[in-house]
Amino acid sequence: MAVQNILGFEKPIIELEKKISEMRKMADKFDISNEINKLESKVNSLRKEVFENLTPWQIVQLARHPERPYSLDYIYLMTENFIELHGDRRYSDDKAIVGGFAKLGEETVMIIGQQKGRDTKSNIYRNFGMPNPEGYRKALRLMKLAEKFNKPVITLIDTPGAYPGIEAEERGQAEAIARNLFEMSKLQVPIIAVIIGEGASGGALGIGLGDRVLMLQYCWYSVISPESCSSILWRSWDFKEQAAESLKLTSQDMLKLKIIDRIIEEPEGGAHRDHEKAAAILKGVLVEELAGVKKIKKEKLLDSRIKKFGEMGFWKE
Amino acid sequence: MTMAWFKRSKENISTTAPKKENSDGNWIKCSECGEMIHKVQWESNLYSCINCGHHFRIGSQEYFGIILDEGSFKEIDKKLRSVDPLEFTDTKPYKKRVEESIKSTELNDAIRTGTGKINGIDVVIGCMDFGFIGGSMGSVVGEKISRAIDKAIKTKNPLIIISSSGGARMMEGAVSLMQLAKTSSKLAKLDEEKIPYISILTNPTTGGATASFSMLGDINIAEPKALIAFAGPRVVKQATGKDLPDGFQKSEFLLEHGFIDFIVSRKDLKEKLTQLLKLISG
Ligand SMILES: [Zn+2]
Repeated sequence: MAVQNILGFEKPIIELEKKISEMRKMADKFDISNEINKLESKVNSLRKEVFENLTPWQIVQLARHPERPYSLDYIYLMTENFIELHGDRRYSDDKAIVGGFAKLGEETVMIIGQQKGRDTKSNIYRNFGMPNPEGYRKALRLMKLAEKFNKPVITLIDTPGAYPGIEAEERGQAEAIARNLFEMSKLQVPIIAVIIGEGASGGALGIGLGDRVLMLQYCWYSVISPESCSSILWRSWDFKEQAAESLKLTSQDMLKLKIIDRIIEEPEGGAHRDHEKAAAILKGVLVEELAGVKKIKKEKLLDSRIKKFGEMGFWKE
Repeated sequence: MTMAWFKRSKENISTTAPKKENSDGNWIKCSECGEMIHKVQWESNLYSCINCGHHFRIGSQEYFGIILDEGSFKEIDKKLRSVDPLEFTDTKPYKKRVEESIKSTELNDAIRTGTGKINGIDVVIGCMDFGFIGGSMGSVVGEKISRAIDKAIKTKNPLIIISSSGGARMMEGAVSLMQLAKTSSKLAKLDEEKIPYISILTNPTTGGATASFSMLGDINIAEPKALIAFAGPRVVKQATGKDLPDGFQKSEFLLEHGFIDFIVSRKDLKEKLTQLLKLISG
C-alpha cells in the first residue's frame, strides 16, 4: 500500500522500495532485472538491519503509526458477518470501543476492541481511542452477552489510555476499569486478549484480562506512556526515549516478564505495510489459540485465569 | 496521654505518619484553617483538626491503632520486599529509591497487612502507607493484598483495606500494572466465597489503586474530603484545558455520583465498622 506517513527510520527503506517499483515499470523496455535484484536484496538486508535493531522508542512509534491497522480493520479482514452492537444501556455509546458478534473461521466469537480514528474528524469521533467509563461498561455488557450464549471473547487492545476527562471522572472511570477486571476474572467463557497497538496502562488492561494474552510484535504495553513517565520522573518531556528504554515496554520484554503468553509476528516492516497479511497472521493465531482454550474445562479455566494473574510480580522475602 | 489505643514505643512514634504539616515543636498548624493544635489534642482527636475537622494524613501504624483492639494486630508477610524486575533507573536507580524509603519510613513497602480484632470481631486488614514511594502499588503491594485475600478466604473473616495511594508504581512498569489485574481477580474469588470486603478510601487514593481493589469494596467508605480519582486533577486539567468543578474528585463528590456508600470521620470509623460488620454477619 502507499505509505503517506513515514517514520524517520523507515525512510531509507521506503525510498529504496520506491526506486525498485519505478525500475519495474521500465523493466519491459530495458533489461534491468539484475539491477532490480541487487536493489531488492539491498532493501531486504536494510529492512532486516533496521527492524532487528529497533529501539524501544522506535517500537512505540510503530505502535502509533497512523497507518497501522486498527480494531475495525482487523475485524473486517479477519471475520465474517460482523454485527456491531452499541451502547452500555446505562449512559451512551462510546465510539472509542467497538464490539459485536462475528464469525472467526468456523466459530462465533464476541470481538471487542479499542478504536482509533485515521484523520482529525474520525479521531474526534473516536476520541483518539481513549474510552470513557461507558466504553468499559459497553465492553462488559458485550462480554456478559458472550457468556450468556457461551461464545468466546476476543479483545483487541489499542489505546493511548482511558480518557482523563471531567465527565469520565464523574461517571467513575476507575470503577469502570476495576469492575471489568473483577468481572472478567470470573467470566465463564474463554477470553483472549491481543495488544494490537498501544497498551497504555489501566485503559488498556480494562479489556485486557484474559486466559491468553497475546501481543503483536511492534506494540508497547506499560503502566504509563514514555512521555508521561519522562515528565513525572525526569520532570521534563525530553526523556521519552530514555523512559521508553527504562519501562521495558516491548513485546520481547513482556514475554520475558511473563505478562504475555505469545508474540505475534508482523509483516515485514510492520503491520501498517500490509494490513491483509497482518490480519491473516492474527487470524491464524486466534483460530489456533481458541482451539486451545476451548479444550480447558470451565472450572479449570477460571482457576487458572486467576492463578495466572495471581502469579504476576517479583519480590523477595 | 489519653490514647490507650495507641501503643507508644520509641520505635513506632509516627514512623509511618508523614511529616507533620507545619509542625513547630508541640504545636501543629492545620493546613486547612490555620488553627494551632497541641500535639496531645491532635493525637487524641485522631490526627484531625479540632477546629475544622481536617483529616491529616497518617500511616498504617496510626490506622491500626484507631481501628483495631489494642494489642490484637498480628502482622503477616512482613518481610516481603521489592526487587527490581525492570532494572529501572530514572534520576536515580529504583533499587536505591526502595532502600532509602525503607530507611526513612522503617517500613518494607507501601502496605502492611495482618489480622486483628475490631471490638472483638476478627478481621483481616491491610493499610497502605503513602509515605513509602507515594503509596505506590508494585509487586509487593499486589502480593501482600493477594495473600491477605487468601487469609480472609481461609479464615472466613472479613477483609478491610485502607487505601492511600498515588497509583501503580511506575518503576515496575507493566509488572505494576498487572497488580491491578492480580488484586481484582483475587477479590473476585473472595466475592465467590461471600466474604465481606470493606474498602476505606483515604486522602489520596488515585490511579491504579482506585482502578482496582480500592473501588471494589462490597462497601466503599471514604474519609471526609479525601481526593479519590482515576486521573488526578492536574492530569485532568491538562488534558481538558477546563476549569475543574468545585469539590471535584473529593469524597463528597464521589458520594454524590454514586461511587462510595458513605463518608465517615476518623473518630467514628471504628464504631461504624463494628456496626456494619455486625449487621452483615448477624
Ligand atoms: Zn483545621
